[in-house]
Amino acid sequence: MSAKITVYIDHYKGAALPVSWEAVGAARTLAGQLGGTVTAIVVGNGVTELACTAIQYGADDAVIFDDAILTDYRAEPYAAVLAGVLWDAAIVLFPTTTRGRELAGMAAMDLESGVITDVTGLALAGDRVVATKPVYAGKLLAKVTCSATPQIVTLRGRAFARPVIDPARTGTVTAGRVAPMDAATQVTGYAEAGGGVSLTDAGVIVSGGRGVSNNPKLSPPAGLDDKQAEIWRAQQGFKLVGDLAAVLGGAVGASRAAVDAGYIPYSNQVGQTGKVVSPDLYIACGISGAIQHQAGMRTSKMIVAINKDADAPIFKLARFGVVGDLYDILPALTEAFKERLGR
Amino acid sequence: MKIVVCVKQVPDTAARVTVINGQVSWGDSPLVINPWDEYAVEAALAQNGDVTALTLGEAGNNEALKTALAMGCNEAVIVSDPALADADSQAAARVLAAAIQKIGGVELVVFGRQAVDGDGGVTAAQTARALGWPVLSLAASVAAGDGKIKVERAVEEGRQIVEGRLPAVISVTKDIGEPRYPSFMGIRKASRAVIPAWTLADLGMSAPAPTISWPEVMNPPSREVVAEFIGGGDPKEIAAALAEKILAEKVI
Repeated sequence: MSAKITVYIDHYKGAALPVSWEAVGAARTLAGQLGGTVTAIVVGNGVTELACTAIQYGADDAVIFDDAILTDYRAEPYAAVLAGVLWDAAIVLFPTTTRGRELAGMAAMDLESGVITDVTGLALAGDRVVATKPVYAGKLLAKVTCSATPQIVTLRGRAFARPVIDPARTGTVTAGRVAPMDAATQVTGYAEAGGGVSLTDAGVIVSGGRGVSNNPKLSPPAGLDDKQAEIWRAQQGFKLVGDLAAVLGGAVGASRAAVDAGYIPYSNQVGQTGKVVSPDLYIACGISGAIQHQAGMRTSKMIVAINKDADAPIFKLARFGVVGDLYDILPALTEAFKERLGR
Repeated sequence: MKIVVCVKQVPDTAARVTVINGQVSWGDSPLVINPWDEYAVEAALAQNGDVTALTLGEAGNNEALKTALAMGCNEAVIVSDPALADADSQAAARVLAAAIQKIGGVELVVFGRQAVDGDGGVTAAQTARALGWPVLSLAASVAAGDGKIKVERAVEEGRQIVEGRLPAVISVTKDIGEPRYPSFMGIRKASRAVIPAWTLADLGMSAPAPTISWPEVMNPPSREVVAEFIGGGDPKEIAAALAEKILAEKVI
């Protein structure tokens, strides 16, 4: 019997997260090695088109669970339909997203197997997966195996290549049965984030640290106390960070020090207790590079550091470094990229 | 309202963790409460219930529980059994669920978003599954009481507001607010506390068979870079040179 590799396609209101397609590509590779097939699973309401796209990215066929009760993501109804379809897979791949991670964990319980989360490398030993995953926030790497079946794995975003889409590729889309269910939770609203590129998907990240508040040349508006003046200064600094990120089509990150000082929301934090990222280019501005910050960004392809302190540990990771004042360098760098990229 | 907060003891995040002879080592760095779990304790205490802190671990590994007690938790329990030495997250979830059932009358179970050692982030959802309760994960805010719960979940796209019935399991993010500092009285109480240790026999179960193993742990490949410093000139010249060099490497 050929091995069935099943991929969960994560999406938000019908828009797939890019790591879903990376997972289809990884599944295709495993299927090639094992002589198996790739089945995409899409759960939601009005998801036929996503299933067809999954096939165009390399799945052989797809199963959809398409029902009004599945319109909003909720853990229990989604886990219930997945338990009914994943049981005959040899390997199940999920994207490591907020939804993919918990659904994979729940499937491991429901199917009495195990889950390997946030994997950055996949190999095979016979028909068993040998996954590589960062542990201790990337301070170490572990090889991890699962002795039960299905072997359930979640893949980190940007760790596997996105396959090339083939618009001519077709396959069968089957509708799975959705049993009526008494859901324990209801979604009563959304507050969407203010657009922009998400940190974990970003190809370029420009990050600011404590140093963004250190511009003595700025004079804050009258009437602010010391703390308010510090935050005002930091916001001027983060504006420069944001301008550079915008020109490069990237996202804005921050060190824990900058988040804890109240300069920028927690959702921007990169590091061991923030987000772990691996963009193509990471520009650290006014970040000294504590071990906890390094844990969140050390797998970036290229790191550039701008810091006043030539001894800052961040320079040990950097390909290029500038010892200088970010208030002078950042606006000039934004202009330089604008000219060269024609943006 | 009876609440359980699940905590884990881990190496301090400032520790330099390395592999020596195939074994994970964090030198003489202390073991502390998982930093994400401090937010879980805060969220649990903020509900004004009767809060029990629960952990799995080697006998005597009470540091995380003592921190939870010092912050204000009413009780603490450790489940400790040599048969759990190789427990994976699935096994841990089944044991935690059994301990929560033994505590009895629990309406809310609170977890941190993940532990900074294995970085799995699935134990909350898995414990909910073992209990047969709903999970509301990654809560940025929580309001629970009168048999109901409402959370704002922090997801990639922003916030999702979810309501449900108790009992339920939640995990919380840093958005919940700064964890309180242990009080002087709390620290004294924690230092004197006798923490009950339950075995699997006390829970009336045998060790769940683990399915996940780590056959090898490695130090990551070192980043072999020597920074090329760009200087000499005014900011405009430095910026132009830096932009040229970045573009020449064709990473973007």
